[in-house]
Amino acid sequence: MDLFEHEARDLFARHGVPVPPGEVTSTAAGAFAAAVAIGGPVVVKAQVKTGGRGKAGGVKLAGTPAEARDAAEAVLGMDIKGHTVHTVLVTAASTIADEYYFSFLLDRANRTFLAMASAEGGMDIEEVAATRPAALVRRPVRDMDLALARDIAQEAGLPAASAEVIVKLWDVFVREDCTLVEVNPLVRTESGEIIALDGKVTLDGSAAFRHSGRPIGATADDPLERAAQAKGLNYVKLTGDVGVIGNGAGLVMSTLDVVAQAGGAGPANFLDIGGGASAQVMADGLEIILGDQDVRSVFVNVFGGITACDAVANGIVQALDMLGDRATKPLVVRLDGNNVKQGRQILAEAGHPLVTMVETMDDAAGTAARLAARGA
Amino acid sequence: MAIFIDEGSRVVVQGMTGSEGGKHTARMLRAGTNIVGGVNARKAGQRMDFDGTSLPVFGTVAEAMFQTGADVSVLFVPPAFARDAVIEAVDARIGLAVVITEGIPVHDTAAFWAHAAESGGQTRIIGPNCPGVISPGKCNAGIIPADITKPGRVGVVSKSGTLTYQLMHELRDFGCSTAVGIGGDPIVGTTHIDALRAFQDDPETELIVMIGEIGGDAEERAAAFVREHVTKPVVGYVAGFTAPEGKTMGHAGAIVSGSSGTAEAKKIALEAAGIAVGRTPGETARLARDLLTG
Repeated sequence: MDLFEHEARDLFARHGVPVPPGEVTSTAAGAFAAAVAIGGPVVVKAQVKTGGRGKAGGVKLAGTPAEARDAAEAVLGMDIKGHTVHTVLVTAASTIADEYYFSFLLDRANRTFLAMASAEGGMDIEEVAATRPAALVRRPVRDMDLALARDIAQEAGLPAASAEVIVKLWDVFVREDCTLVEVNPLVRTESGEIIALDGKVTLDGSAAFRHSGRPIGATADDPLERAAQAKGLNYVKLTGDVGVIGNGAGLVMSTLDVVAQAGGAGPANFLDIGGGASAQVMADGLEIILGDQDVRSVFVNVFGGITACDAVANGIVQALDMLGDRATKPLVVRLDGNNVKQGRQILAEAGHPLVTMVETMDDAAGTAARLAARGA
Repeated sequence: MAIFIDEGSRVVVQGMTGSEGGKHTARMLRAGTNIVGGVNARKAGQRMDFDGTSLPVFGTVAEAMFQTGADVSVLFVPPAFARDAVIEAVDARIGLAVVITEGIPVHDTAAFWAHAAESGGQTRIIGPNCPGVISPGKCNAGIIPADITKPGRVGVVSKSGTLTYQLMHELRDFGCSTAVGIGGDPIVGTTHIDALRAFQDDPETELIVMIGEIGGDAEERAAAFVREHVTKPVVGYVAGFTAPEGKTMGHAGAIVSGSSGTAEAKKIALEAAGIAVGRTPGETARLARDLLTG
């Protein structure tokens, strides 16, 4: 779960990482008031979970409260790479002497964590890594103390004073169960302070149980994703017109690919109903998908492993009963695996007019894509 | 032969007294697995009945190993207790710990992995968030349905459960030596490379099916390993070509970050290593079939 910059900033402050004074607001008047409270020049920053907002005009310097208000007015409502700006962070403008890069993240290959540091802060770090790899220090870490932090800072060309901040960032990373803590830029001000000027934090959703008050996963922007989240479904909205339901993350990802290869507009969503697909879960899933205006056909792709195909087929039949008139789009069902004969028989006997059974995944994807094109 | 588990494996179940653990203990027994007991400190000394098979519950993994000679543990312990349960198994020096549990915080997985490594690597860890490992007809340590396929000559290694089942099913006439589900979390114990190395050394395995998905660079590293060390035919499949950047697709580890972790990059790396890569699971099975019959 990615945090907004202002949420990351709050976490930093709670663990003693120095951040500039600031306030978050959703109105231009709020930005004016924040600038008055902070005093002096401020920066008005769009709060969106995507990079490149500076280039998109989402970060503006304001010398006066009136300028802050105008800046917020321009930035609020802006679309940055498909993300609408709903709030801005107003922070004191720092007098920057130097900019650095620092992050802690997962090192999947070594099954541990990685500290990354560079004296080339404020830039796109992936570009630094690609073009000047020597400028980016990468150090596998399991634990952190001041001596190790100093060592990393020295190797990367960060000031010695940054070591204390690095230790506090490690506190954030471990105590808040993060999979990413990134500060870009970490700055040295003209008065010699080390400040985290911008922060990106990803929290591990699996650790929510030991952080009371933390939501299980971010609230999704998309209304369908929010509705699916409320029902505990693993759903991601995509851009095509074939609704997809399957069991198992890998099989559903594979189903999306096969649908995309079948031509047409491609898959409309990712929806994994998991191993034990009960009728209720199937109904919940179908309801979300049929509520998607973009969906023109639905592909139900199930491999009967732990749950046998007859149980899944009964689930589909019951789900269609529960949905009644709300089920309006053609359903292509592919069942395979345990008790597949019984499963197919149950669907055949139910004879629901919307349901087409197809034996293989590849053919079923083709059928679903054709039906979607016809319904367009 | 087979890899990681065989007819000689003696299996203990951590979390056998829970509902998932109990359900799958019964299934593993039905698949012919030699399960010798369960572990639960609060229920030590009790016995549990599974369709007529009575199994003892031990207080610790070490006690279970001492009493029964167990050498494999399968874990169904809830996420909040999984780290300590794996560390207990490692400290008891069990040979293999199969961690089925989904939703373990990644800092906990990193902690038990580091502990296992510091303890000298005597314990192989498979998972977490995995379906486990099966050597059909011999032993089933996990939740892979045992009746999909028979003993045979195809080795399967995969991040995904249902895709593993799909490929085992499509190639069921050839049967399977061992299928290993390594799990979909960002940090897992046993990797594609570990399984590839074991399959290469296993005389029963004639062909290896390797299933990957978006996220990380495990497939790219596995491709390099195949080029250097694997002489048996390998067929590959990668899921997630249509995954949008930055969205987690079901598995915690399945996420495309920037330009890395894409399915396309993985496919290119596998093909560059001489691995035939199918566009769909069906085509992947056909490629394997051609190599097995050709």
